[in-house]
Amino acid sequence: MPPVLEAVDLRCERGERLLFDRLSFQVDAGRCLHIAGDNGAGKTSLLRILCGLLAPTSGEVRWRGRPIVKARDEYGADLVYVGHLNGVKDDLTASENLTTWAAMAGLAPDPGSVEQALRQLSIDRFARWPAGQLSQGQKRRIGLARLMLASQARVWILDEPFNALDRHGVQSLNHLIERRVSSAGAVILTTHQAWVAPVEVIRLDLVADPTS
Amino acid sequence: MIRTLLAVTRRDLLLGMRQRGDLANVLLFFVIVVVMFPLGVGPDKDMLRQIAPGIVWVAALLSAILSLGRLFALDHADGTLEQILISGQPLSVAVLGKISAHWLMTGAPITLLSLLLAQFFDLPAVPTVTLAASLLLGTPALSLIGAVGAALTLGLRGGGVLVTLLVLPLYVPILICGALAVESSASGLSPQPYLMVLGGLSLGAAALAPWAIAAALRVSLE
Repeated sequence: MPPVLEAVDLRCERGERLLFDRLSFQVDAGRCLHIAGDNGAGKTSLLRILCGLLAPTSGEVRWRGRPIVKARDEYGADLVYVGHLNGVKDDLTASENLTTWAAMAGLAPDPGSVEQALRQLSIDRFARWPAGQLSQGQKRRIGLARLMLASQARVWILDEPFNALDRHGVQSLNHLIERRVSSAGAVILTTHQAWVAPVEVIRLDLVADPTS
Repeated sequence: MIRTLLAVTRRDLLLGMRQRGDLANVLLFFVIVVVMFPLGVGPDKDMLRQIAPGIVWVAALLSAILSLGRLFALDHADGTLEQILISGQPLSVAVLGKISAHWLMTGAPITLLSLLLAQFFDLPAVPTVTLAASLLLGTPALSLIGAVGAALTLGLRGGGVLVTLLVLPLYVPILICGALAVESSASGLSPQPYLMVLGGLSLGAAALAPWAIAAALRVSLE
């Protein structure tokens, strides 16, 4: 069986700068990949390439053996991406944010599962508050609650997911990652914090200036 | 597919209701621009009747452009647009949903307001109805074509001015047909051919613009 996600000979240039070249790796089901590297090493660019938001200069990303540009619909249904931006609307309440996101992603969540997702991230008390009145960490939790809602998605791509989270938030997220990995999911993440991984992790180090 | 369309439209309408002030600004701008002209030109009824269609239409174009800046910029800034792009749902459908909501919040109220504003120009009943009909058929094309410009200039510095320069020339055929429809109905002729051209422009834009917008958004987000 082909790996869940596979990077083949990726090369990425941003402006004049070469971020990485001939980068190949694969992530199998039940694995967690931790992408490490200094600021500007290209971690976010790599994650955006893996999501299909950014086209690599050369090379391709394959999902279950198929290039992602050719399987956009199926890959999208199998993917949850939490980036630097939470994708949370300040004018909507926490639960409205999740419901509208799910509806736009083609999911049909019942109110119970939205509530459960909010409870898992311990923001159910603020479910009826406009997100604009919540703190950065709480907004982050709304963004992360999507991971709970898209229960069928096997690929999680998380860009600095621990940012702005307190100790309990980190614990809940670790718990989610552990469960996803043990149920044959594939988790790819970056983090700068000293992260005690709840599962076995493959580490990929990006070098800031590959030409030197 | 229809579900995605409705989901996006419903979300944008909900957001529009929460940010009522921004919506009201656009409509007030339309009303004030139109009302300024009778005040400036003076009470010459024949003159007012003659300039009415052109003025209402130009004001509608300017209001449409004024509201375009917000169409994708807010979703871009908070990351919602990224989520829509990778959701696996067809982007052109989501885009069409956003534009439908935009039209319901700008084009539709502008059409209704024009019935009232025509009174400032002493426009008789039949041309007034034609004016509203021309706006009803033409404003969807304003939203659709404007959205292409908004998507192309997304994230650029000074995008607001650029979108005006990019989109206004494309609005010219709509403006001409809209004004001609009202003029011909005021002089007792049938406005039907012009109205049909307007409807055709809107339908053509609805068929083509979503693809162009989807492609522009993918490029803008890289």
